[in-house]
Amino acid sequence: MANIISDETIEYVGILAKLELSEAEKEDAKKDMGRMLDYIDKLNELDTGGVEPMSHVFPVNNVFREDVVTNGDDRENMIRNAPEKKDGQFVAPKTVE
Amino acid sequence: MSLLDLTAVELGRKIKAGEVTAVQATRETLAQMKALESTLNCYVTIDEEGAKARAEAVQKKIETGELAGPLAGVPVAIKDNMCTEGLLTTCSSKILYNFVPTYTAEAVTNLEKAGAVILGKTNMDEFAMGSTTETSAFGETKNPWNTAHVPGGSSGGSCAAVAANECFYALGSDTGGSIRQPSSFCGVTGIKPTYGTVSRYGLIAYGSSLDQIGPIAKDVTDCATILEIISTYDGKDSTSLKREDTDFTSALVDDVKGMRIGIPKDYLGDGLNAEVKKAILDAAEVLASKGAIVEEFDLSLVEYAIPAYYVIASAEASSNLSRFDGVKYGYRAREYEGLHNMYKKSRSEGFGPEVKRRIMLGSFVLSSGYYDAYYLKALRTKALIKQAFVRAFEKYDVILGPAAPTTAPKLGESLSDPLQMYLGDIYTISVNLAGLPGMTVPCGIDAQGLPIGLQLIGDCFREKNIIRAGYAFERSRSYQAPAIAHSIGTPDPARVRTDAFGKGGRVNEQTV
Repeated sequence: MANIISDETIEYVGILAKLELSEAEKEDAKKDMGRMLDYIDKLNELDTGGVEPMSHVFPVNNVFREDVVTNGDDRENMIRNAPEKKDGQFVAPKTVE
Repeated sequence: MSLLDLTAVELGRKIKAGEVTAVQATRETLAQMKALESTLNCYVTIDEEGAKARAEAVQKKIETGELAGPLAGVPVAIKDNMCTEGLLTTCSSKILYNFVPTYTAEAVTNLEKAGAVILGKTNMDEFAMGSTTETSAFGETKNPWNTAHVPGGSSGGSCAAVAANECFYALGSDTGGSIRQPSSFCGVTGIKPTYGTVSRYGLIAYGSSLDQIGPIAKDVTDCATILEIISTYDGKDSTSLKREDTDFTSALVDDVKGMRIGIPKDYLGDGLNAEVKKAILDAAEVLASKGAIVEEFDLSLVEYAIPAYYVIASAEASSNLSRFDGVKYGYRAREYEGLHNMYKKSRSEGFGPEVKRRIMLGSFVLSSGYYDAYYLKALRTKALIKQAFVRAFEKYDVILGPAAPTTAPKLGESLSDPLQMYLGDIYTISVNLAGLPGMTVPCGIDAQGLPIGLQLIGDCFREKNIIRAGYAFERSRSYQAPAIAHSIGTPDPARVRTDAFGKGGRVNEQTV
């Protein structure tokens, strides 16, 4: 395997992805990601010099509209699925001590 | 022939003529579902009460002439990644196990306006990530042709439900082949339209630059009719296109004289099963005999589509799925210490292994130091793949090939080796990267008795070419349903699972 994923990299990816992995999951993830990157490295065979990265297939640019409010107060619907709510608001764990 | 064997358009016609009612059709479909669901598991949620009530209401409107469209009163199944107001929508993930949307996806709203009766929500790979419907948190769906095999994925529940007569048609979504590949494995017809044709509003996002909703049904006529209804410009989706050529049913013409059809040599090489290859070439021969000009050509770059796709789709997924944090909806871990730990635990407990794998890969390729080497490289590759198709469509009206290298694999064979599973998407994935329309039409049965699908690819906005080719081809063979679709006359009470409707359903206002 050409791509060796270190413990530090997996730690870092876990932070970025907001995932907590068990030791076993970490080992699997290192293997899976290394193998996938080996495969993805196939792209290096292609000369893409001078090719613009294409994010959208059609020449659609920003879609503008008048800044007019069309929706009403939807608070009740927005919090309807919240795992925890109070007084019409989302409840989350304390963030500042 | 049972009522359930009708196509969606045939049923719509009979309802309109007063030969059968929407209520009757809904009742018969629900009975079929009750009898088969314990075997096939096509649905995550069945809305028995809602469907019956809706059928009554729609039937009245048909009788007063208020609803007169071709699909008024026809029962439909919706893939469980499209929001349906008041009806559980899980994406086949534990993290959305209790999510009841407060709004409906635009494509579904369009169907409702046309008088559709929604039966329930179909099973899928978790967040549409997978090619077998085995990554669902609610159990795998079985292939109606042989229950030891997968139905394909990610729209496996939708395709299996159509094949098993557990609905008259269905909506699916296609990010890398998720409509076309399971349509091939289940012997049904499915279209992925040009990117931007169907609104993505209310479709739970996976890879936003690739995702498209499309129809799955028994034949090309149904698919064109459904696509015509769901294709609307929608200001709520900033990638929605204003198209004026969405009269797709006008292309249902049995005439391919002079149509230029190209078969990529790169699609017929190593890895393509011999029986699939023969069926595809036989199908091409049928079109040639009807006057199409068929030839093989070099498309090039085919082997680069899968690596580019997995970089782009995973990158977009890692961003899209960051919204699942245990605060606004869905699953929240029971025990945690502080905010960040709550995020991490809710996500780690809520997502399955394949979803985690792609979120991690996506986070990695977008991270500083790797962004240029992986993400931008993939976007540059995408540009080259797009150019290859532009060149091909200068010469051809339609590109013809297989939808998948093999017929449906056995359950449990694919997940042990994710990379091997990804390689199965080789013929479908580049179509999403280039934003093209693609369609699968059944074209044969292999020695194991499993269906083979023909893929027809069109240039952007040229759905009509593939619809015309598909329609002309389909005249040469009659629709075949799996035996299980006819295994019941009237439901045998002994086979009805008592909890068939206990696993989901319309959630009461009070319990939300």
